[in-house]
Amino acid sequence: MADFTNNWLGILLALVIAISIFGCAVLLWSQSKLKVKVGADGKPLPVETTGHIWDEDLRENNNPLPGWWMKLFYGTIIFGVVYLLLYGGFGSYKGFLNWNEIDEYQSELKAGNTQYGPLFQKYMAMDITAVAQDPKALEIGERLFLNTCAQCHGSDAQGVKGFPNLTDNDWLYGGDPQTILATLHDGRNGFMPPMADAVGNADDVLNVANYVLSLSGSKHDEAKAQLGKAKFTVCAACHGEDGKGNMAMGAPNLTDKTWLYGGTVDAIVEAINKGRKNQMPAYTGIIDEDKLHLLAAYVWSLSNKPQSLSKP
Amino acid sequence: MNNTTEKHEPVQEIEQALFETQRKIYPRAISGYFANLRWFMVWFTQILFYGTAWLTWNDRQAVLFDLAARKFYIFGFVFWPQDFIYLAVLLIISALLLFLVTAVAGRVFCGYACPQSVYTEMFMWIERVIEGDRSARIKLDGVAVTPRKVALKATKHFVWIALALWTGFTFVGYFTPIRTLIQETLSFALGPWQLFWILFYGLATYGNAGWMREQVCKYMCPYARFQSAMFDKDTLTVTYDTERGEPRGSRSKKVDYKAQGLGTCVDCNICVQVCPTGIDIRKGLQYECIGCALCVDACNQVMDKMEYPRGLIRYTTEHALTNKLDHKGIVQRMLRPRILVYSSILGLIILVSALSLTMKSPLKFDVIRDRGLPRITENGSIDNVYRLQIMNTEEQGHHYQIDVSGIPGITIVTDANFDMPPATTKLIPARIRVPGDTAKKGSNKIIFTVRDLDNANVSVSEKAAFLIPR
Repeated sequence: MADFTNNWLGILLALVIAISIFGCAVLLWSQSKLKVKVGADGKPLPVETTGHIWDEDLRENNNPLPGWWMKLFYGTIIFGVVYLLLYGGFGSYKGFLNWNEIDEYQSELKAGNTQYGPLFQKYMAMDITAVAQDPKALEIGERLFLNTCAQCHGSDAQGVKGFPNLTDNDWLYGGDPQTILATLHDGRNGFMPPMADAVGNADDVLNVANYVLSLSGSKHDEAKAQLGKAKFTVCAACHGEDGKGNMAMGAPNLTDKTWLYGGTVDAIVEAINKGRKNQMPAYTGIIDEDKLHLLAAYVWSLSNKPQSLSKP
Repeated sequence: MNNTTEKHEPVQEIEQALFETQRKIYPRAISGYFANLRWFMVWFTQILFYGTAWLTWNDRQAVLFDLAARKFYIFGFVFWPQDFIYLAVLLIISALLLFLVTAVAGRVFCGYACPQSVYTEMFMWIERVIEGDRSARIKLDGVAVTPRKVALKATKHFVWIALALWTGFTFVGYFTPIRTLIQETLSFALGPWQLFWILFYGLATYGNAGWMREQVCKYMCPYARFQSAMFDKDTLTVTYDTERGEPRGSRSKKVDYKAQGLGTCVDCNICVQVCPTGIDIRKGLQYECIGCALCVDACNQVMDKMEYPRGLIRYTTEHALTNKLDHKGIVQRMLRPRILVYSSILGLIILVSALSLTMKSPLKFDVIRDRGLPRITENGSIDNVYRLQIMNTEEQGHHYQIDVSGIPGITIVTDANFDMPPATTKLIPARIRVPGDTAKKGSNKIIFTVRDLDNANVSVSEKAAFLIPR
């Protein structure tokens, strides 16, 4: 609270609370007694109404509450005071128990980790390829995947335009378990600069695009491809002379038919003209290490189906 | 109050508490038809309550409300949170049943089946066995502390607390398996919440049935306060026949009371003494009356002794008293529109919910389409990905098959057959493929059908949208 105001607000609140509680107690005490007239025989006369009159003739009959009910009211006051002392609430007073929701969250987290930790520890100690053989681990992995990864890569992990398919054996940065784990840890920043100026004029760009398509035997114009071949040298810096790409920097292989943004002339011309920029977020600190381990195993298993797993 | 008029004559005033102190009621034991009926209901409801928890069904507790797993077992049924409607229906049925019974026979629920009455009855029985009947208890409370008094009171509270704890234990036994619970209790290994609820429910039983008793009915329970809205002049209530009884007065059995100008009420006050809420039924219908009819039993005994006809206090209706209706007349008036409407609504709801229960599908599923664009495959087909959330609510495993229809040539690419273990849910990703030219661009309606391969009757269909890029 002191982040926003000075202590005066806390003191004011404490005062308001204390006065309110005290006021309630006084009100209760003052309302629990009544002056009653005494009859000739010395006994108190019965009181028919409380003396309150509304709308000229609406009277409130005297139907006293049972005594235990009133004691319950006092009970709530005592409860309130004890609660405030234990848990705080008088301004910035933290309370005898020093309870707060952040500690509560942390302790529940700790309790959860103690309960489920051993399960994850077991897999953590295993090699990722070995974890991928364990049906139980894959079940957990699938659930983690559906919660965390499926939003972009799809529930079946086959991706969509701009989000890679994880079930084929074609990888931008490499598909061995350690590389997958590294991708999960640190994320990836895919970047291809706009290359149009380096390639030349619009015709040159079109020619290079046709050449790129010819590398994988996709539909292309052979004459334009021949013209574009010479200009491909600019691209070769990243994608390699043979167009097979470079996993170290995430430059895709252009000789297969896997296209992240589509395998048409238009899509490739667009890539050359405008470049491409893509990002996979880093999950270190967002998902625990032992869960990332399981996720890596699950993702690896998608393109490395062991025999034992095809029929569970 | 207006003070000006009273100024001439100063009146002495004293200060008094504005709150009523509880007047302890010492109900006298009574036997008779209605007392027996009450005891029958005590046995019936309590054997049900204490006993059901111990029944087993298919190797599990027959009635178990597993809050943590959100599965609610009631004999052959397993209810899931999705079946919440049945709880609502059950509450509606209970409410209507209460309306119906109240319109016919007043607060018989209060007198015979309400846990507050039933536990009070049980606690009073214990009290009576240990401390004696009404007069003995009044005497005991009147004397100063003696070893005998301390011993009696201590025994009573010990037995009360034992019964209350057993009640709390049984209650918790419906939420956590009772056979495990008893082992944990015996080895002092209860979880904090189990212990809390056993003590809480036990304390509530002890306090309400031992100490609060009629105070609960008079001040806490809303039912007493709206009884007047549900009663009419043909509702059976425990009624004192003023015309027959008044003027009341004591007399010798031998004299002709009519000659003395007396009614049949001998003013013995036993009807007041047996009343568990401590009222005088001769003052007419009061909100404190729980309709238990113990005063009827008491009065009939006295009438028998006096050799007067029974029924000075009896279950009868206001109309019967004013119009001098006989038994047949009362029964005829029972079939009034209000009762018929209540009964038909109630019958309809029970019928519909029973039908719906028997036809409840053990298979539930939902379809969620993956966010994101449809995929276009190499040969021009369109793929959409869906997640099927499938629930097998039964306690045996099933083999299911997914079918999809709605667009010519539509197929499911991923595995269409799968196993579901007993009482589980599963998320199944499904990739659906459509040839590129068989559907219009934009959204197309398709239908998923999940079928039980072992039971042809079980199949559930769900609509979904299939997107084709423009």
